[in-house]
Amino acid sequence: MSATFYIPCDSTALALGADAVARSIVAESAQRQLDVTIVRNGSRGLFWLEPMIEVATPGGRIAYGPVAATDIPSLLDAGLLTGGAHALCLGPVEDIPYLKRQQRISLRRVGVTDPLSVEDYLAHGGTLGLRRALDMTAAEIVKEVTDSGLRGRGGAAFPTGIKWNTVLNASAPQKYIVCNADEGDSGTFSDRMLMEGDPFQLIEGMAIAALAVGATQGYIYVRSEYPYAIAALNAAVVKATQNGWLGDSLLGTGKRFHLEVRKAAGAYVCGEETALLESLEGRRGIVRAKPPLPAISGLFGQPTVINNVITFASVPDILAHGAAAYQSFGNGRSRGTLPFQLTGNIKQGGLVEVPFGLTLRELLYDFGGGSLSGRPLRAVQVGGPLGAYMPESQFDTVLDYEAFAAVNAVLGHGGIVAFDDTVDMLKQARYAMEFCAIESCGKCTPCRIGSTRGVEVIDRLKAGRPGQIELLRDLCDTLQNGSLCAMGSMTPYPVLSALNHFPEDFSRRQT
Amino acid sequence: MENLSTIERILAAKQSLPGALLPILHDIQDALGYIPPDAVPSIAGALNLSRAEVHGVITYYHYFRQTPPGRHVVRVCRAEACQSVGCEALATHVQSALACEFHATSADGDVTLEAVYCLGHCAVGPNIQIDETTLHARMTPEKFDRLLAELRSKP
Repeated sequence: MSATFYIPCDSTALALGADAVARSIVAESAQRQLDVTIVRNGSRGLFWLEPMIEVATPGGRIAYGPVAATDIPSLLDAGLLTGGAHALCLGPVEDIPYLKRQQRISLRRVGVTDPLSVEDYLAHGGTLGLRRALDMTAAEIVKEVTDSGLRGRGGAAFPTGIKWNTVLNASAPQKYIVCNADEGDSGTFSDRMLMEGDPFQLIEGMAIAALAVGATQGYIYVRSEYPYAIAALNAAVVKATQNGWLGDSLLGTGKRFHLEVRKAAGAYVCGEETALLESLEGRRGIVRAKPPLPAISGLFGQPTVINNVITFASVPDILAHGAAAYQSFGNGRSRGTLPFQLTGNIKQGGLVEVPFGLTLRELLYDFGGGSLSGRPLRAVQVGGPLGAYMPESQFDTVLDYEAFAAVNAVLGHGGIVAFDDTVDMLKQARYAMEFCAIESCGKCTPCRIGSTRGVEVIDRLKAGRPGQIELLRDLCDTLQNGSLCAMGSMTPYPVLSALNHFPEDFSRRQT
Repeated sequence: MENLSTIERILAAKQSLPGALLPILHDIQDALGYIPPDAVPSIAGALNLSRAEVHGVITYYHYFRQTPPGRHVVRVCRAEACQSVGCEALATHVQSALACEFHATSADGDVTLEAVYCLGHCAVGPNIQIDETTLHARMTPEKFDRLLAELRSKP
């Protein structure tokens, strides 16, 4: 009897024991003389069910999870090879409500395919976007991306087409494509999942960007905390080059694009685009003053497209199926989908790619199932360490860029960290200042000095010294308006939101 | 001496890359476990930089170290998602189990303890990383003690 199993190679699945599960299946099936093929796919992103294994059946793939290595004998006894019933059986994977309710575009292949299989990539629509782009002029590609309404998924949400158009219109001997894969926000992992689970799509998106602006060299700057993503990308670049998706002649057209993976070194601020460029050039990751924009003077002083992983990964689909198809998803001026990441104290944590327009509450409860601890959710930080803490009264906010801005919050890179009612918001505000002090690049005074003074003010406030709340607000005003980049100017978001929405955590220290 | 030949080999392979300094520092740390102070003049010479510039880059980035680490490096995530599921209690436990603070090495030289601000497994925290590629999710003090005993029992 033979069967094909899918066992994720995603690093979160590995952290939960996926390799031990794979070894157990190999050992048990050898003992039972079963003919088993194992495919290491990416993760579907249903992390509370990982390690989640799938078996191919005539009726589609049947999922089981969370599976421990010790479950394998009983699963095989129950007829795992044919999708037999078992307490861990989740049914057809595509019918799991958490997945069924999503609209996967940028992560459509993640968890479905073997990340490094060229055949899988082609069989699931890979290179369609690149092939179409090769038949278009640069200006036509830029127009398609502009018309799709795609905005930068790294956090700043700047319209991608406008950025690309600036680079297209700049004249220079050399232009660059740079992927910002320095996904440093706590509560985010969509870039990591994409790089580990479907690296070819990122490569294809960057190749299309190169065609759109006339660039011939690209870099992917990946954080050192992501060793598995780095390994997957390096292997994918080699295979993509062998298949003509990169190199001196893209799919035989004579158009050139080379790509190199560069490893970062643990500085959060290098997620800021100009600090990233400094780092790529071999210097300390210190923020540059803007203007000039990187689109005019970026890497090595040349016009540079710098975008986030998910931004590039959205592009092949836009080219393959047209701007109108992508534009048809979304809400208001936020078009398309965003892969949200449900994390922290949440029962069903994972990746939820949906069009803009759901509410935060729907994500937290319909998808997330409420808190992991079973206690009430008290605060939710959206958009990373520089995002606001939102109280229960704001859970009905619609997930789009403008609706969040209207309540002094940000969507950022789509990371959502849930906290139950044991959270101490003064402590979280202090942490935000402390993090800024640790990670500040030091170039501008408000961020470098203000963050340290912020920690001190909060410590005095905690000790009961009067007048500190006014000082803290004043300091936040200076940070917000006087800093050179988002590190300093957005640290007040978590601090002020904690103070404004959870004043009881601050005021009881004042009495 | 052996270190110096490794460094020379890495410099020869990488010095002509655009923006070569970080790739060179990574290769040296991967090969030697740290970036020895006597590497700095060679790197500076090869890249036509001042020693101060090279030193500035090494000390700017959290990932690079200038002294040899313990036999294992344990990184404990202390960022928000892990905070929400109790990583600070874990961090306290780990420090007392190793009898050392963060950014330090246990007295027996077994473990260097580092903090990390996000490993990207935020749905299943608290998370730790042992050496470069071994990951453990949903860490508890009890699980950590078992892992530590395993690490220490290996030669």
